[in-house]
Amino acid sequence: MKISELLGTDPGWIITVKALFIFVLCVLLTLVAIWGERRLVARMQQRLGPNRVGPFGLVQGLADGVKLALKEDLIPKAADRIVFVIAPIISVTACFLAFAVIPMTGVVNLFGHETAMQLTDIPVGVLYILAAASFGVYGIVLAGWSSGSTYPLLGGLRSSAQVISYEVAMGLSLVAVFIYSGSMSTSAIVEAQHDWWFAVVLFPSFVIYMISMVGETNRAPFDLAEAEGELVGGFHTEYSSLKFALFFLAEYVNIIGVSALATTLFLGGYHALPGLTFTEQWWGGWFTMIWFLAKVIAFFFIFVWLRGTLPRLRYDQFMKFGWKVLIPVSLLWILIVATLRVLSQQNTSRAVTLAFASGVVVLILAGTSLYERSQKKSKAENAIGDIPQPSFPVPQIPSQRAEQLHG
Amino acid sequence: MAENPITPRYPDLGLTAAAKAEMKITGQDLEAKSFFAQLQGFWVTFITMFKKVTTVNYPEVKEPTAERFHGRHQLNRYDDGLEKCIGCELCAWACPADAIMVEGADNTEEARFSPGERYGKVYQINYLRCVFCGLCIEACPTRALTMTNEYELADSTREKLIFEKDDLLGPMRAGMIPAPHPMYPGTTDTDYYKGAITGPHPSQEVK
Repeated sequence: MKISELLGTDPGWIITVKALFIFVLCVLLTLVAIWGERRLVARMQQRLGPNRVGPFGLVQGLADGVKLALKEDLIPKAADRIVFVIAPIISVTACFLAFAVIPMTGVVNLFGHETAMQLTDIPVGVLYILAAASFGVYGIVLAGWSSGSTYPLLGGLRSSAQVISYEVAMGLSLVAVFIYSGSMSTSAIVEAQHDWWFAVVLFPSFVIYMISMVGETNRAPFDLAEAEGELVGGFHTEYSSLKFALFFLAEYVNIIGVSALATTLFLGGYHALPGLTFTEQWWGGWFTMIWFLAKVIAFFFIFVWLRGTLPRLRYDQFMKFGWKVLIPVSLLWILIVATLRVLSQQNTSRAVTLAFASGVVVLILAGTSLYERSQKKSKAENAIGDIPQPSFPVPQIPSQRAEQLHG
Repeated sequence: MAENPITPRYPDLGLTAAAKAEMKITGQDLEAKSFFAQLQGFWVTFITMFKKVTTVNYPEVKEPTAERFHGRHQLNRYDDGLEKCIGCELCAWACPADAIMVEGADNTEEARFSPGERYGKVYQINYLRCVFCGLCIEACPTRALTMTNEYELADSTREKLIFEKDDLLGPMRAGMIPAPHPMYPGTTDTDYYKGAITGPHPSQEVK
């Protein structure tokens, strides 16, 4: 029986249990993620990180949450009160929504009912996730606008521009997955990766998705929206107490969400690593959840690693990268994938497929070498020696003085 | 062009070697191999995770300070227990932060706190003002005032951070007799100053 049919037989109380489970899991993962991120970044800087509250500082996230909740809740005078309150709720709801279609286990037994840990399975599951993610942008924009203050407005605009631009690249990177799996349902995509993970088969898509998911979640090195040195705190500058905590929660659930989507679409979802498939039967199938979480945490580690390594991009560089590099490259890649797919579906001979593939490789190589040549040429034209001497007296530039001294 | 008598040290660019080295790191040399050069950063952060952490778990683990660290002050005693401070106020005058207040008084035959004429009756250091510069120590003519390595001076009230003479006096070592008591028989304050007194005489004990 297919997963979608299996889920169709779920009684109401099972659905409630699952929804509750997703909520608890996301909040718990957020708490652990905050702790893990701070500890990991600290280690990357040869520090210890939080180690005071609880064993190894594990309860630090909870302590911070309690502290935030007990703080004074301020609403600025200039703020639009209703929108100001609604914005964080929109933000946090949207990122929880995305989790509904993420398959977390294979077929398992939940309180005597055979089901899979996936709230629902709709035929356009991935599109639904993209829609939920875009919905979250409203939270950011409205928060920035309703604060009635300059920095949050700028931060909100930056943030929404960023999320929207990178969602285009993200959506395009997913098209190749749809083409290969022949479905937009998450469970079907996981099943389609039974032999080969899409991270291997569709490596360029995987890379583009990884980059755009960082841009989409407003995380370092793409955290321009809350560039502390420039915009104070970005869209949430005016927020305090629980409303700020909601944004905080939304950010981390969002990170976990895109990591879960990456796991589902590219790393075989809840399936075990190749060669360890026998583990999928352990604990009556529940062990697949361990695999799923392990992969999500691996993605989260990459997020932390990026934050620990890279400096923040400049805004124009960031936009340029999104629109002029990621999107054209994705389009090109989709073209190639689609052609290969059509060729294989029409049972074209191996020779033709190979010829097409090698043709693409040759074209790409030629393109890059031409680009490098033009870059070199423009660099040579802009070299220091070629600056014409102005008609009025100016001090010599060092290289010319050296030439004179030696020439 | 005429021969220049001055030979430039770095003829190619007129730059210092350090500047050239910097150009090599930050400049366009790197651009050619930039992609992999940038990946090196990931390796650096990754390998750092397994390096020894430099954090000191402070309240539990305390590392000794530098040998000559400027910590809390101490008022020293001679080896028989008499105080070294003569109440001259030079420390207070030397203090740039006006953190020291000294009030001298005359020693009498009944109550002698230091060898010689005078002793410090009141001695206060305000640690909310002290900048630990050590000029008071340089000013002290009898080495009465020195600094310890103690640095844990935080407290909750202003009053607690004004240290009185009792808080500042050094510990009583073995054999010392607490002041006031008479001087070592047959000596002058000069003998004390020269370090001739190495311990108390039985007659110094105050009954």
